[in-house]
Amino acid sequence: MASLPRNDGAPPPPPRRRPPPRVLLLRHPHHFSLIDRPLPDGFLFLKPWESPLPFDDFLSSADARAAEAIYSSGREPVTADMLRRLPEARLVVTTSAGLNHIDVAECRRRGVAIACSGDVYTDDVADLAVGLLIDVLRKLSASDRYVRRGSWRSEGEFALGSKLGGKRVGIVGLGRIGEEVAKRLEAFGCAISYHSRKKKPYVSYTFYPNVHELATNCDAIVICCGLTEQTHHMINREVLLALGKDGVIVNIGRGPIIDEKEMVQLLVQGELGGAGLDVFENEPSVPEELLTLDNVVLSPHRAVYTPETLSNLCDLVVGNLEAFFSNKPLLSPVTTAKLDSVGFS
Amino acid sequence: MDSIGVLMACPMNAYLEQELEKRFRLFRFWQVPQKPQFLKEHAASIRAVVGSSVAGADAELIEALPRLEIVSSFSVGLDKIDLGKCREKGIRVTNTPDVLTEDVADLAIGLCLAVLRRICASDKYVRSGKWKKGDFRLTTKFTGKTVGIIGLGRIGTAIAKRAEAFNCPISYNSRTEKPDCKYKYYPSVVELASNCHILIVACPLTPETRHIINREVIDALGPKGVLINIGRGPHVDEPELVSALVEGRLGGAGLDVYEHEPEVPEELFGLENVVLLPHVGSGTVETRNAMADLVLGNLEAHFTNKPLLTPVV
Repeated sequence: MASLPRNDGAPPPPPRRRPPPRVLLLRHPHHFSLIDRPLPDGFLFLKPWESPLPFDDFLSSADARAAEAIYSSGREPVTADMLRRLPEARLVVTTSAGLNHIDVAECRRRGVAIACSGDVYTDDVADLAVGLLIDVLRKLSASDRYVRRGSWRSEGEFALGSKLGGKRVGIVGLGRIGEEVAKRLEAFGCAISYHSRKKKPYVSYTFYPNVHELATNCDAIVICCGLTEQTHHMINREVLLALGKDGVIVNIGRGPIIDEKEMVQLLVQGELGGAGLDVFENEPSVPEELLTLDNVVLSPHRAVYTPETLSNLCDLVVGNLEAFFSNKPLLSPVTTAKLDSVGFS
Repeated sequence: MDSIGVLMACPMNAYLEQELEKRFRLFRFWQVPQKPQFLKEHAASIRAVVGSSVAGADAELIEALPRLEIVSSFSVGLDKIDLGKCREKGIRVTNTPDVLTEDVADLAIGLCLAVLRRICASDKYVRSGKWKKGDFRLTTKFTGKTVGIIGLGRIGTAIAKRAEAFNCPISYNSRTEKPDCKYKYYPSVVELASNCHILIVACPLTPETRHIINREVIDALGPKGVLINIGRGPHVDEPELVSALVEGRLGGAGLDVYEHEPEVPEELFGLENVVLLPHVGSGTVETRNAMADLVLGNLEAHFTNKPLLTPVV
């Protein structure tokens, strides 16, 4: 920003320019390259994959030790050890929706700020959740396959689906994504209920204190929560049996929230009506048994990969970096409230 | 009432067929080996026809049934019935509005999501094992996209309500502009197509709306535009649609209906930006039962001299 001219009309002195902030990229920033977006000017990006040094040695190098910010896409952990070795780092920027890969407690202890993905993913994820639910109930993918193999001509009408309107849908985790899924499904005439760790005041949807009760009282459940120790395998055999023979589960959270082995068995045995899944326990591996079922819809963890959302994400990353290094508030800081909402207390 | 002859034009629903068999003297037209012979023999006892989106009562059939009193359609669409002829002869006509509105609207939005987010194509990607070798490509966000609806009747309105929940700006074209309507009206389909990302056909099929989606409209929709057809196949100039999709001049299509069902142009089978459904707009157990009950209820009402439930003529 240029300084104002002094009264005598003399040109202002050139602004004292600090060196560009160093940002350690833990891996190639694929969100930028997927949409051909160049990295922003004004920063010095450290790229360990371009160095001949193995990552651990790179971290000990003078270059890395001067890093003021760490950028993680979610797969690369930001550990206490890393933070200790990067004493200048005051900011962690993550493009991931979840925070499991970051030692949040250590960041807090060290006064390291965390910028997360904010609300950028919400719409796309909610859209996919609804799309998967409609597909399972109305058999869209299955009947598209039926048409393409010529069966409509040779075998006649495909099997009837199940009406979405009037279905009782349970949202597991009523955060931003859960709210947006609920809002969309209400327009289709679904009756919404939810389970969260705490009942939300000012929410008119029916609350169930545990997932089993939610499943018992719903025709479909949509997993919209994060993965934590508490939510790991939270959707177990009992919950799935409670959902029942006609019940549908949609997962746009994380694979390990569901006991996948149990779910597969129940689907194969006809004890669970159907599933729409964007996430799995061992991506990109998907249990073989699912590959031939007509009552499941399988999505390769692409809930957020649209150019619109990636563009918004890159804007957010750049915005957060620029804000932080000009001493302005982060656009999408991880606050205590945010930590609560994704399952950290 | 089991002496009243009812002619069922084509197979449509097992429950309906069963009930018709119980209550009337049911003739299954599709099982008749020689139609002219059959009509000569049985026309005198046939007082009702039950039709569907596949087959109904055209002028020829109506003329061949001198004692025909009512045509009850297992559909909301009336394009397979010669309404003019029915009016002329005082034949009553009923259809199945309202009970299928939600299912059809749900399907329209389901198709939008399936096409834009490549849900069917990426399911195929996973099943074929390709995910192990690499990620699926980028798809297109649905929230916030402009949606243009042709025909703002019951179904069009229900589609708009759902699309609004995804923050989609709504515009429409219909024969006349609707008063007090919050959506933007365009006086021509081409203008509507030029100003929306997703164009949805939700109007009845009439001689005026046949091929309402023609080359000009397809060009206006463009290489990023998406067409969703939950109306009738003949709404779309199908060969034009196919070549536009194959040549990349149209961004994508979600189709539930075709000009010559169950024929679906095979050129579309290899395209991942297309979703092909076998006319399942009202295809849920719940809705088909409700439609069947409405057909039965209308026939019952007619033959006991009570007011028809959902008369058209």
